[in-house]
Amino acid sequence: MNVQNVPKSELEAVVVRFAGDSGDGVQLLGSQFAQETALAGNSLATFPDFPAEIRAPTGTTYGVSAFQINFGSRVVKTAGDQPDVLVALNPAALMVNYKGLRKGGLIILDSGAFKDKDIKRAGFAVDPRTDGTLKEFRVLELDISAQALEVAKPFGVSQKEALRTKNLWVLGLVSWMYDRELNSTNEYVARKFGADDPIGQANLAALKAGHAYGETHEISGDISPVQMPSVKFEPGTYRLVSGAEALAWGLAAGAQLANLEALLASYPITPSSPILHILARLKQFGITTFQAEDEIAACCAALGASYAGKLGITASSGPGIALKTEAIGLGIGTELPLVVVNTQRAGPSTGLPTKTEQSDLFLSVWGRNADAPIPVVASRSPGDCFEVAIEAVRLAVKYMTPVMLLSDGYIANAAEPWRIPSMKDFKPFPVEFHKNTEGFHPFLRDPKTLARVWAVPGTPGLMHRIGGIERDYNSGNISYEAANHQKMTDTRAAKINNIANDIPEQGVEAGELKGKLAVVGWGSTFGPINRAVSNMRAKGLDVSHIHIRHIWPLPRNLGDLLKNFDKVLVAEMNNGQMLTLLKSQYLIDAKGLLKVSGQPLKIDEVESAIRSQLGAP
Amino acid sequence: MNVNVEPAKLTPKDFASDQEVRWCPGCGDYAILKAMHKSLADMGAKLENTVFVSGIGCSSRFPYYMATYGFHTIHGRAPAIASGLKLARPELDVWVVTGDGDALSIGGNHLFHALRRNIDLNILLFNNEIYGLTKGQYSPTSRIGQKSPSTPMGSVDSPAEACTFALGCNARFVARGIDVQAKELGVLFSRAREHKGASFVEIIQNCIVYNDGAFSNFTEKDVAAEMQLHVKHGEPLLYGKDKNKGLRLNPKTLKIEAVVVGENGVTAGDILVHDEKNRVLAGLLAGLRPPQFPEILGVIYCDPAPSYEAQVAAQNAQARAKGPGDLDKLMRAGNTWSVT
Repeated sequence: MNVQNVPKSELEAVVVRFAGDSGDGVQLLGSQFAQETALAGNSLATFPDFPAEIRAPTGTTYGVSAFQINFGSRVVKTAGDQPDVLVALNPAALMVNYKGLRKGGLIILDSGAFKDKDIKRAGFAVDPRTDGTLKEFRVLELDISAQALEVAKPFGVSQKEALRTKNLWVLGLVSWMYDRELNSTNEYVARKFGADDPIGQANLAALKAGHAYGETHEISGDISPVQMPSVKFEPGTYRLVSGAEALAWGLAAGAQLANLEALLASYPITPSSPILHILARLKQFGITTFQAEDEIAACCAALGASYAGKLGITASSGPGIALKTEAIGLGIGTELPLVVVNTQRAGPSTGLPTKTEQSDLFLSVWGRNADAPIPVVASRSPGDCFEVAIEAVRLAVKYMTPVMLLSDGYIANAAEPWRIPSMKDFKPFPVEFHKNTEGFHPFLRDPKTLARVWAVPGTPGLMHRIGGIERDYNSGNISYEAANHQKMTDTRAAKINNIANDIPEQGVEAGELKGKLAVVGWGSTFGPINRAVSNMRAKGLDVSHIHIRHIWPLPRNLGDLLKNFDKVLVAEMNNGQMLTLLKSQYLIDAKGLLKVSGQPLKIDEVESAIRSQLGAP
Repeated sequence: MNVNVEPAKLTPKDFASDQEVRWCPGCGDYAILKAMHKSLADMGAKLENTVFVSGIGCSSRFPYYMATYGFHTIHGRAPAIASGLKLARPELDVWVVTGDGDALSIGGNHLFHALRRNIDLNILLFNNEIYGLTKGQYSPTSRIGQKSPSTPMGSVDSPAEACTFALGCNARFVARGIDVQAKELGVLFSRAREHKGASFVEIIQNCIVYNDGAFSNFTEKDVAAEMQLHVKHGEPLLYGKDKNKGLRLNPKTLKIEAVVVGENGVTAGDILVHDEKNRVLAGLLAGLRPPQFPEILGVIYCDPAPSYEAQVAAQNAQARAKGPGDLDKLMRAGNTWSVT
């Protein structure tokens, strides 16, 4: 990466990390820059990395909010291992982030925020700008605070409001550095504040001033603008999409394809809440949202809606899913469709609410009382959430079962360019409610799928009672018969196992179908694994990438596929859950690359593990 | 030839399912079940449009014995499941059957929110002041000193009063009846069904096995007249065989006093007149318990307000008035770019 040395240089990819106080508007700065970058036709991936506190005390390290973006003229698959550029809006932001910066990388810092007390508060014994702390980096000091105050003066806004335009000033500067258009940000600010609002005007002025600062000041040598050609994407219409957006839209699409109205019942929880917020605005799509009194009620209300003949959906994160467990069990016993979205976060318990992890695999596959199997599907990236959500709905209604749909904190918040699909490209799977009274009982099954009939209240002649008590195989009535319980348990298991015949066979994402090493992943580790495997293959190593979408039941050929490799390495952000699952299912001697730091897997970490597995230097 | 045949009116029997009822012989639930069968027939309810949702406990077996739709769910959660059902299908008549443990212990939160949201559910709480299905532990409505397997020396925690709780949750319809008073229960069921919004009916129910006679001081025939006050909107709060006992308000203490008309200078004019829409009065009445006071029965409070699901439906309709959603359009709104 050489952002700076050659004027108007062309870049393949660059990683920029913005960091500041949680009240500095860093997330807005980052997402607007991502928007501009997407419109410039680059490939990109973002990583919003923020604390759980809404506004932690100013200047503290635990209040630092960051936004990382990796963008390039080639396809970008991760938010980047190491930033090339760090923008630090205060000493605390520097403290938390400078060690992660690439050696030789550029630090742009707001010198106006480096007063003695701020420096001490961030935990530096002495000013890091003077004692060699930053000697491995190039440092550009700009008094951004003073610039913002100066620019805002004519608009008569308060000092506090004036300082809060710092993020827009930085956005202006960085947009100049990478030759980004400011149109979308101008429109955004005008829309947010209204044309005549002095605060909006101050923000627009700051944006312009930051850009002009780059143009007019002779800071080349330190920084100079670079060009980044756009990526050759597949033809189509594109947008930037976050995982939460794509997932919510996917649920709406799934309901439409099933020809059902939907009820999303949820309780606010980080990082799942955006799904509730987005769907709350999609009432015209036949979606009703219900903010329930708690996680249990949310799951129960969703199940009640499914019983009533709608698509019941509940969305939460690990601790909330734990609470829903009993109601999911009721859904399994009464064989009702239900989509349970789990946007995973680091745990156990409250854990790290805003940080990512993939540690709810056991919870999803096995985490219920009794033998209670359900299908589990996992999305690999923000855009992928759309298709996976549709798949979750399809399985739920076709097999009359709760389905666990896994996302995670990283996917939910991250954004990527997404080729917008057309609804006509998806095959509808309209639900048909049972109407025929002849020989009816509520546990009549489709001989092929083993799904029971869906007979909804309001249908004349089909009145029936269902419940949590074991149901007789032949009538649905309460049954305490030993042989019946065995048969029903076996049937519930067979119904779910049979789904393996209704999902695609497992393929490879990179490399050959057999060889020395397969790196197996699932969920949001797709990017780093795929890039690392591609890189290692380019170096001649015999390694393939297998990425599992259907976590349960597993694809029917997966065991054979894995046995085609001398070694299997499972890379995941937990302490070995998929690893254990695969070992138990296929009795293979797989190894794990396991990480639970609340941070996404890095390409470099996967590459090292591949080298180590293959004994390569 | 098309002949419009008026469908035969359903009889109480038509509302009974073919399942054998499995409550203990002599359980008060039988009487409630029978009252419900009759009441629904009288109201002209339709089997297919009626749904009973229950939680866990003896009372929660109720749906299995109804020929309507029924959902026997999990402990304490019936109001939550019924809420989803009602939101999804507002046209259905949704009943929740629950008990004192189910509704006020494990499910207290859901009952609270269903009532305060004012979602149109008819919630029947069978209160026998004991856990029956788990074999006799004390319940949140058991009186202090209740001896049970889990409180061999007597319970020490203060009981919850169901109707007072419901009023505290801002319920807009609160009533109380007794399991064996079929006629009165029928009226309460019918009023609850008519009421748009959450209706709460506490039914005093005798558990013959674990808490027999818990209510005999006001339910036994020989004391009933003296110990029961059946309230009626607009009528004075009088009771007793001779209808000469009554309730009056002491304006200094803001407490209700049980008095006898004609004694100690009490006149008929001193007796409070029942007003269903008076929340303060409802609160005072709900908390009166024997033996110091008669048991207050009937519709204690009824003051309708817009129901939750109707308001949600109105917002949905408002949003949908602009036409159905178009996902292709939605996903292409905002900043997009084309690659050719």
